[in-house]
Amino acid sequence: MTAGSQPLPLAFVRREAVPASPPPSLVSGPLAWLRQNLFSSPANAVMTLAALAVIALVVPPLLRFLVLDAVWTGQNRDACRPEVVGRPVGACWAFVANKINYFIYGSYPIEERWRPNVFFALMAFGVGWLLWLDAPRRAWGALYFFVVFPLVSYGLLAGVPALGLPSVPTALWGGMLVTLIVSLVGIVASLPLGILLALGRRSRLPIVRLFCVIFIEFWRGVPLITVLFMANVMLPLFLPGDVTVDRLARPLVGIALFSAAYMAEVVRGGLQAIPRGQTEGAMSLGLSPWHRMRLIILPQALRIVIPGIVNSFIALFKDTSLVSIVGIFDFIRTIESARVDPAWAAPTVVMTGYAFAALFYFVFCFGMSRYARFMERRLAAGQTR
Amino acid sequence: MASSPVPTPPTLPETDPDLAPRNTSAARLASAPVAVSLERVNKWYGAFHVLRDVDLSVRKGERIVICGPSGSGKSTLIRCINRLEEHQAGRIVVDGIELTNDLKRIDEIRREVGMVFQHFNLFPHLTVLENCTLAPIWVKKMPKAEAEAIAMRYLTRVKIPNQAHKYPGQLSGGQQQRVAIARSLCMAPKIMLFDEPTSALDPEMVKEVLDTMVGLADEGMTMLCVTHEMGFARQVADRVIFMDEGQIVESNTPEAFFRAPEHERTRLFLSQILH
Repeated sequence: MTAGSQPLPLAFVRREAVPASPPPSLVSGPLAWLRQNLFSSPANAVMTLAALAVIALVVPPLLRFLVLDAVWTGQNRDACRPEVVGRPVGACWAFVANKINYFIYGSYPIEERWRPNVFFALMAFGVGWLLWLDAPRRAWGALYFFVVFPLVSYGLLAGVPALGLPSVPTALWGGMLVTLIVSLVGIVASLPLGILLALGRRSRLPIVRLFCVIFIEFWRGVPLITVLFMANVMLPLFLPGDVTVDRLARPLVGIALFSAAYMAEVVRGGLQAIPRGQTEGAMSLGLSPWHRMRLIILPQALRIVIPGIVNSFIALFKDTSLVSIVGIFDFIRTIESARVDPAWAAPTVVMTGYAFAALFYFVFCFGMSRYARFMERRLAAGQTR
Repeated sequence: MASSPVPTPPTLPETDPDLAPRNTSAARLASAPVAVSLERVNKWYGAFHVLRDVDLSVRKGERIVICGPSGSGKSTLIRCINRLEEHQAGRIVVDGIELTNDLKRIDEIRREVGMVFQHFNLFPHLTVLENCTLAPIWVKKMPKAEAEAIAMRYLTRVKIPNQAHKYPGQLSGGQQQRVAIARSLCMAPKIMLFDEPTSALDPEMVKEVLDTMVGLADEGMTMLCVTHEMGFARQVADRVIFMDEGQIVESNTPEAFFRAPEHERTRLFLSQILH
């Protein structure tokens, strides 16, 4: 304090504030930003240059393949064969355009495809209602999405002959339709189930706790592929001969239980992060255990684990592609079967199919990730601990 | 040990008029019904005997300050009164209801007994107003508008009505503790428990919380306060209790307690905190 060149007088009172001075030019502005963020140290500068080199190496060929050299129209393989077209051929988008209906609906009968379309519309409506945080009547939105929409969709897609909707066996369903159904059922079932399991694992009743621990550890300890094979091949062996479970429903249940076990551990992490004082505060006010959980603990715990929950949703969404190996014609499987069509045998067709699949999954996963970020920020507004 | 209030009338006039004991009338309490009674209460944490044969009876309107070294069982004692901790032997009767494992009775008692914690325990995901209306709405099934009107009345009383729509994290410690007091009062409790309400606060915020508590005492609230604010004890307490090693070692009127502590351990403790 007194280390200045002039020793401070023993008694000192400041009468006026020292005026604020403008910052030096290297503190703000674009140059300062570059210096601070990209070239703050020799190591940082090297990394910046390396990153630029990688971008220069990767982006132009990718752009050339996907856009510049791509073929956009055509009716068969000739459109995408370099020896026919007479120039290097990149992505064969004509193939995707030609097969798009197969990718969306699988083998769903062509004259009935309005039904999946209505399903997509109903789904978009419900998802929009739930995700729009300021939407009117959100409780009704939840009722619609979790009760009305599944029942109506099932009747719509599977058919109700009594109402003049011919039945369509699930063996004909396919493409994005099936991928979306499997993910939606998995996501919608795994969160509530996971919350129940997480609560059960913290229960004071040993039987409940034991059951939940065994359930969670069993499903987490088994690969999803095994679950799917078991569901498909072995489950019918255990059931009486006259009981058959739909071949799409079997992996659906398997995926839902599998992801519920993961979800349970994510939620448990959130529950453990809530201080004991929150429960005590709620107890001292006379709130019942159910109210304490629903009004105080869960809202805080779930908010903490939003990143983990979305992480699980994204993993689940991509893992649904595994149902293709037990004979379900999901989106990946339709690409797999379309790419070997001799009518489209051209050098880049396979890569185009996979590029399209990557794009499809990326759009959905990135959407989920961005929405979660938005919701986190929105919920955290003004509520720092 | 201290099953009835000690009716020694105050004789010593305090030097600081602001710290003068207020209506410490033994007559007022002598006729009042018993609000809380503890008979030979014992509690163990594992093998550790934390409460040993505690006897205490609190009359309606009585203000009791409990002090003692850390680990002496004073927090545990008041947390037993609303069953945040379970006692293993003895009887605890609150407002005529005996505390047993009967969940309905525990709920009944918690509705009658408010509690203020050292770390506030406000709900960070709810606004100040929602913190206050939550229990009236869900426990007492009060209509929302009515609960909000009551909450605003108490928030005004603790002098923070203009913060009603903020979240607890946006308030200072002193403000948060006053919200916590208002939140308890919204349930219209007959008895208030304070568990070191000012020990987590910055020094300049202690006074605003203590002032709120003094106001409550002036209105005749039955209060049990675990605190080391001896000025507060002198000013409002009808009785000061000193605990050590899970027992009530000394219990007396504040004047006698501070002027002439009888027990050796009390003297030692007071000399340590009243430096």
